[in-house]
Amino acid sequence: MFFILKLYREIWYNIIMKKVLSLFKNYKKEIILAPSLKLLEALIDLITPIIVSLIIKKGIEEGDVSYIIKMVILMGGLALIGLVLSISGQFFAAKAAVNYSRDLRSNLFKKLNSLSFSSIDELGVSSIINRMTNDVVIVQNGVNLTLRLFLRSPFIVFGSAICATILYPKLSIIFWISIPVLIIIVYLIMKLSIKGNRIVQERLDDVLNHNRENLTGVRVLRAFTMEEKEIAENEKKVKNLEKRQLIVERISNLLNPLTFLIVNVSIILLIYFGALDVKDNLTDAAIIIALYNYFAQILIELIKMANLVFTITKAITSLKRIAFIMNYDDQEVLVDSKVINDDYLSFNNVSLDYTLDNNDDKDSLNNISFKINKGDKIGIIGGTGSGKTSLVSLILKFYLPTKGQIIYKGKDLLSYKEKDLRDEIGLVMQKPVLFKGTIKSNLEFGKSYSEQEILNALDLACCTDIVQKKEDGINSVVEMAGRNFSGGQKQRLSIARILLRKPEILIFDDSTSALDYQTELSLRHNLNNLTYQPTIFMISQRTSSIEMCDKIIVLDDGKLVGFDTHENLVKNNKIYQEIYYTTVERGDEG
Amino acid sequence: MKKNLLKRISKYLKGDIYLFIFTILLAIIVALAQIYIPILFGKSIDVISNKEDTSKLINLLKMATLILVISSVLQWLMMIINNKIIYKATRRMRSEAFIKIQSLPLSYLDTHPSGEIINIIINDVDQFSEGMILLFTQFFTGLTTIIGIIIFMFFINYLISILIIVLTPISILLAHFISKSTYKHFKNQSIEKANQTAYIEEMVSNLKVVKNLNYEETSITEFDKINDKLSAISFKATFISSLVNPTTRFVNSLIYSAVCLVGAIFVLKFKDEINNPLYLSIGSLSTLLSYANQYTKPFNEISGVLTELQNSMACINRYFSFMDQEIELKEDDKKKLTQVLGNIRIDHVDFGYQKDKILIKDFNLKVKHGQRVAIVGPTGAGKTTLINLLMRFYDVNSGAIILDDNNIIDLDKKNLRSHYGMVLQDTWIRNAKVIDNIRLGNDKYSLDEVIEACKMAHCDSFIKRLEDGYDTIINEEGNLSVGEKQLICIARVMLLKPPMLILDEATSSIDTRTELKIQDAFKTLMNNKTTFIVAHRLSTIKNCDIILVLKDGNIIESGTHKELLKQQGFYYELYNAQFEK
Repeated sequence: MFFILKLYREIWYNIIMKKVLSLFKNYKKEIILAPSLKLLEALIDLITPIIVSLIIKKGIEEGDVSYIIKMVILMGGLALIGLVLSISGQFFAAKAAVNYSRDLRSNLFKKLNSLSFSSIDELGVSSIINRMTNDVVIVQNGVNLTLRLFLRSPFIVFGSAICATILYPKLSIIFWISIPVLIIIVYLIMKLSIKGNRIVQERLDDVLNHNRENLTGVRVLRAFTMEEKEIAENEKKVKNLEKRQLIVERISNLLNPLTFLIVNVSIILLIYFGALDVKDNLTDAAIIIALYNYFAQILIELIKMANLVFTITKAITSLKRIAFIMNYDDQEVLVDSKVINDDYLSFNNVSLDYTLDNNDDKDSLNNISFKINKGDKIGIIGGTGSGKTSLVSLILKFYLPTKGQIIYKGKDLLSYKEKDLRDEIGLVMQKPVLFKGTIKSNLEFGKSYSEQEILNALDLACCTDIVQKKEDGINSVVEMAGRNFSGGQKQRLSIARILLRKPEILIFDDSTSALDYQTELSLRHNLNNLTYQPTIFMISQRTSSIEMCDKIIVLDDGKLVGFDTHENLVKNNKIYQEIYYTTVERGDEG
Repeated sequence: MKKNLLKRISKYLKGDIYLFIFTILLAIIVALAQIYIPILFGKSIDVISNKEDTSKLINLLKMATLILVISSVLQWLMMIINNKIIYKATRRMRSEAFIKIQSLPLSYLDTHPSGEIINIIINDVDQFSEGMILLFTQFFTGLTTIIGIIIFMFFINYLISILIIVLTPISILLAHFISKSTYKHFKNQSIEKANQTAYIEEMVSNLKVVKNLNYEETSITEFDKINDKLSAISFKATFISSLVNPTTRFVNSLIYSAVCLVGAIFVLKFKDEINNPLYLSIGSLSTLLSYANQYTKPFNEISGVLTELQNSMACINRYFSFMDQEIELKEDDKKKLTQVLGNIRIDHVDFGYQKDKILIKDFNLKVKHGQRVAIVGPTGAGKTTLINLLMRFYDVNSGAIILDDNNIIDLDKKNLRSHYGMVLQDTWIRNAKVIDNIRLGNDKYSLDEVIEACKMAHCDSFIKRLEDGYDTIINEEGNLSVGEKQLICIARVMLLKPPMLILDEATSSIDTRTELKIQDAFKTLMNNKTTFIVAHRLSTIKNCDIILVLKDGNIIESGTHKELLKQQGFYYELYNAQFEK
């Protein structure tokens, strides 16, 4: 009982849990009704042994058949009331649990959509998905079971002891000793086996990972003829698992025999001490039978309580994981909106450090300064990890600069709302993503455009052939993750999606890598001739894709090492030359 | 079929058959002892109500204590033995499955997702063991309890026992009926849940795209729609399934009341007729009442075991059908080469992954020791097919590949592979220390030798910078870039110095610095070795002795760079599109 109380205390006094717990307030009625109804039902369970002992005492010993019949009818009636109470209790419990978990999911999803990019990175996508699916289900079961049992089970356990005390104060001492002993034993065994099972799970994961490694690396392993060694390694791992399983089961298997033993030893003591009193005519068999029946109930409810503790512990862990996301402090940074200068877009000594460890060597971007004008076409080049993507992420306020200032249209970039920036600045990401739906829904994606606008955008992004090949044109189905499109097609469609929005600034983050030479050329041509003259950033690994840009930013290891035209960079920038000659491989023959 | 299955399962219990019989024996003893205890209690109560001698009572209680202690110890022993038998069997199953993986042909592994196989080895085997443990611990005890209670009850009072036996099926049928109607709702729930999970996966894994396109609000509205639908279905499933307990409890209470009524009347009516078969003492009535309470429990347990068992059988069937896959033939008696020069002749080879879809037709090629062969072509042209054939991951349909005058079909596969060094584009890094990742089980190499190889593969410098140097644990997802991972794979081959190489150049974006290092490492590696290289870089291709141009699985051109340019064929086009401005 007090373990359960401890668990409840743990959640109520935890500030982190406040947000998730406040969602319960819509279900106050259910939360009060469900356990109360179950409590009333438990009361009936407590009365039954008394009725039985009355039947024996008054009915049998006094030979009153009509009394027996009356009492049995009373028992049946009570059982019926118990049924009604119990079903309505289950109803409210299920209602509260299901609706609560619905609210949790809904709020979580909203919260996720308001997270910043750095928060998403920190939390990790798979862990977020896990919390939204598995953890919520565990919480739902926890709430349901809690509402049903948290009053009922302890009430029966302690109620039995109290009834025993009223019926027979002297013998009730056996109850008051054996109940705590039982609770402690159940608690210890549960605790040890939960801990042990965690180790078993780790070893099972070990086996699993080893199997997976062997499947994904089968070619390498066979090329290196490692089969025998891997088999020996696996043998070790499965034996390790078996050994631990046996140790854990030795403990958790104690639960049944031990509780059965204690309860029955208590009954033996009860009968023995009862019998000593009977001799002095202080008691009779009827009361001893009643006490005996109480013990049988205690055993059943104790096991339920143990399971309840187990479920609640799991549910609290899950709820904490959910609460952790709900409390993720993620206020958008907005600084004063005042005009600073007349720059269109400029970086002034900007650094970015994802790790925030103040170690300059590990900065993703280090002290970057440059200035561009409206309508400029800017190329960005550099090796992997040189900071190209980080640089454009800053422009979209995906991440905030650790040092320095970015000016956009004369004001600090941080004074613009993320939403507004993303409407004005269009980014085509490295990895193209399509969603389940149609080509049209993927292009519009939350907004609406005329068919002509859509066709224009498709044309500009060189997608006309994709649409023409499909039977339903722009209404063709896109499967989950766009798996019915090739990498190049996905890239072009995600380019069309951005072009459709006609943003002031267009950013292409290496987003033409899967296109063949001819397509890339005509796409570049289309971009150069956009009528509304947007500012364009073009990130690439290849110099050929950005040669025609007005200016090229050369990044190396997070530092800006060049900002000039192609012609000048080829002449006097060492890094640029290195990239230029390795990627172009100018043939001196052929 | 079913008999066969049992036979196969019992194979894994081999050697434990006596233990198995022993544990069934224990189950019977434990069950009988546990239902005998209420009889002793009933008799004790009779002693009390008849105010008989306490010494008789003490004897009864002593006996009860003895039986209680023994049965508890035996129950624990039984469960431990059961676990021992089952976990040993599952351990054997898993290690045999692993050996199976090692001996399955690649044609199987390539066409079956690894997740599917892992699911069989981990989850299905687990499910099977859970079912078996339930079967061992609950089925036999449950069965004995039912039979035992019936017999004991008949001895006490046959009419009341008939009453109990006739009425209990109502409760069991009711439970069965409710769970059956729940099934439909649970099925709907899992469909709707899968729907929602798919939506969550899509939106959350692409959260950055969603935000980038300001799609958040639409996405939230859409989600709430799905969410409401799920919770409506979920409520039905949860509520209806929670009816089983109260209703069966209600029916059981009615049975209990009935026993109470009839029993109490019998006690009264036949009070003075000890020899009447319907005679009932107060103590016996209390024994019958506790039986009435216990009687349905083993039924529920057994029906639980049976459902679980069905599930287990489905799992074990999947396991066995995996184990039934044909494995590669053992080749221990085939020829093993100790010294290999590296002359390779490909002679009229036909090959297709499916026998009726020939990919490579009448392919001929002669490669002299030390020559370099570049394999070029657009993606999906079947460049890896050739690697598969050379390494005997797959065997040719007809024709032959001759290595130093030996048809490789006649060589021991493992021996053949040991003469090749292979670096694949898809790097494979195992979750282990750097040094073990490079040695890959060849512990005969010293740290110095490993460092030497790493220096040549240009990975010594970044390995040294890792947290624990060569002892740093690395893995596929971890802290290494794609290029660094590939360098580690090169170091593995560098260490072995095999006479022949198969290299797969990476197409993915590797920064230019690392790229230069990789190319340089490849160059060192290829020195004086027969090399097949899937090439994407012009510099690599131009320096090769033979260039094979593949398209749609066919070798459409072959020759040197100059020859192929002169032909003005596919290579010429490819060359112009990819490498010329």
